Amino acid sequence: MPEATDILNALVLMTNFVFVPALAYGSQLALGALGVTLVFGILRFANFAHGDLMAFGTTIVILMTWGLQAQGITAGPVPTALIALVPAILVTAIAAILIDRSVFGFYRKRRAAPVVLVIASVGVMFMLSAIVRFIMGTDDRRFSDGERFIIRAREFREMTGLDEGLAIQTTQALTVGVAIVTVTALFVFLRRSRTGKAMRAYSDNEDLALLSGINPDRVVLITWIIAAALATIAGALYGLDKSFKPFTYFQLLLPIFAAAILGGIGQPIGAVVGGYIVAFSEVMMTYAYKRFATYLVPETWAPEGLLQFLGTDYKFAVSFIILVVVLLIRPTGIFRGAVIK
Amino acid sequence: MYLIGQGMTGGYGGADIIKDCTIGVDKGEIAVIVGPNGAGKSTAMKAMLGMLTIRQGHVRLGDKDITRLTPQARVGEGIAFVPQTNNVFTGMSVEENLEMGAYLRRDDIRHTMAQIYDLFPILKEKRRQNAGELSGGQRQQVAVGRALMTRPSVLMLDEPTAGVSPIVMGELFDRIIEVRDTGLAVLMVEQNARQALEIADRGYVLVGGVNWREGTGEELLANPEVRKSFLGG
Repeated sequence: MPEATDILNALVLMTNFVFVPALAYGSQLALGALGVTLVFGILRFANFAHGDLMAFGTTIVILMTWGLQAQGITAGPVPTALIALVPAILVTAIAAILIDRSVFGFYRKRRAAPVVLVIASVGVMFMLSAIVRFIMGTDDRRFSDGERFIIRAREFREMTGLDEGLAIQTTQALTVGVAIVTVTALFVFLRRSRTGKAMRAYSDNEDLALLSGINPDRVVLITWIIAAALATIAGALYGLDKSFKPFTYFQLLLPIFAAAILGGIGQPIGAVVGGYIVAFSEVMMTYAYKRFATYLVPETWAPEGLLQFLGTDYKFAVSFIILVVVLLIRPTGIFRGAVIK
Repeated sequence: MYLIGQGMTGGYGGADIIKDCTIGVDKGEIAVIVGPNGAGKSTAMKAMLGMLTIRQGHVRLGDKDITRLTPQARVGEGIAFVPQTNNVFTGMSVEENLEMGAYLRRDDIRHTMAQIYDLFPILKEKRRQNAGELSGGQRQQVAVGRALMTRPSVLMLDEPTAGVSPIVMGELFDRIIEVRDTGLAVLMVEQNARQALEIADRGYVLVGGVNWREGTGEELLANPEVRKSFLGG
């Protein structure tokens, strides 16, 4: 039998390397998937430009952060980027609305098939990614400032006397906090407000919404504002937590779509649940459990290998497998969303 | 008549489905359009709602010509429409369905909602439930309730009893009579011709997109030609 301290050490180890990172990553995916699912619910196409809209929003956040820092304005212990979020959301929303007016609106008026809009969104994706690379380049950028940790591993060890340390970064805590606030605000908006209900009605039954006098242009406008806000928040949080590199935002499309489809596309609650499931699956499948096991099994049983299901290089395979399995077994997802045609 | 589509000719882009067709309804009466399959019953009604453009003829509401108005604008003018299928917001509660019906209204809607709960007591009981979870008959009640939330002067129903049991059909017709008695003009297309004509103040029989016979419900029910053609003798 392992001793109590061994069990505690194993738990701390899991919290530090699996639970905390996956919770933060899941929050970022949830916010990203919410944007995809909302656009799908209202505009009825899978927006492949969402990853690069996140990159665009983050670019604006970084520029604003630099601007604020140059003027000597910081947010103290939390990253300055948090202040920069507000104007950046505004800029990104305007960009999203302009894109809709010039690209998606054009096809919507012609009642183009959803697949045409999907392909148009691929074009928008290339355009946005070019703009982002033009402004920011392709390198890694860190734009996080303020206090780096809430709890440091060493402090935790000294505090508890355990062998394993637990570190919680400010950005991780911030990610979870901001995600909770954002998701709650969005759900209250969709459940309680007149406009939110009109959006749900439009997503539920477009013809009947028109017969009820709901203005489709207004619904579309508000959808893009919310999608841009979600993209900017998700992108900035991801960039703060890891680093900003344009290419990784394109790669995020896969786990984000896996999350949205797993939860049931068009269903906001599904996007949130899907985001966490995908994040936890990815982190748990790529974590090496060797040290975790050595705490719990007798020394003589100690495993020789790393006890890792997949190398971290293959982390996208996890999203891909989830996506394929969901589409094969339950295409509507957990919360019975739509099926992308 | 309060709402009248006069000499309407048109279709969905291709050949004309209705030809020189005239349908009308007055306040406080039920007008029913019946006829065999493919007679253009629903098309005639949709033309009056503006869901297809007519080449000839015009539609008048009161003393206003509404021929060129969009369906949404006609809803604003006081015409409410209950489609045959997909006529509720399935993912929203009964109460939210009613609220969406009143979307255009900026005044207090609670009184109208109370009236609708009086008309359909079961809806009050199920007001927190999603409309998609209700039975077919209850869904139709939600659909009619949603349409009435705008406080319309005309209520149009496209085959409201399609796919519901005879008992539910009878109940629904009773409610529609109650709605008429509040002074609304009710226009409906019905597949169940006999039962519909029994409650009709005015009936239209369309065949091949043209007016074939018209009269009060009783007259049509007594008319041997109408009986022979499609009331089954």
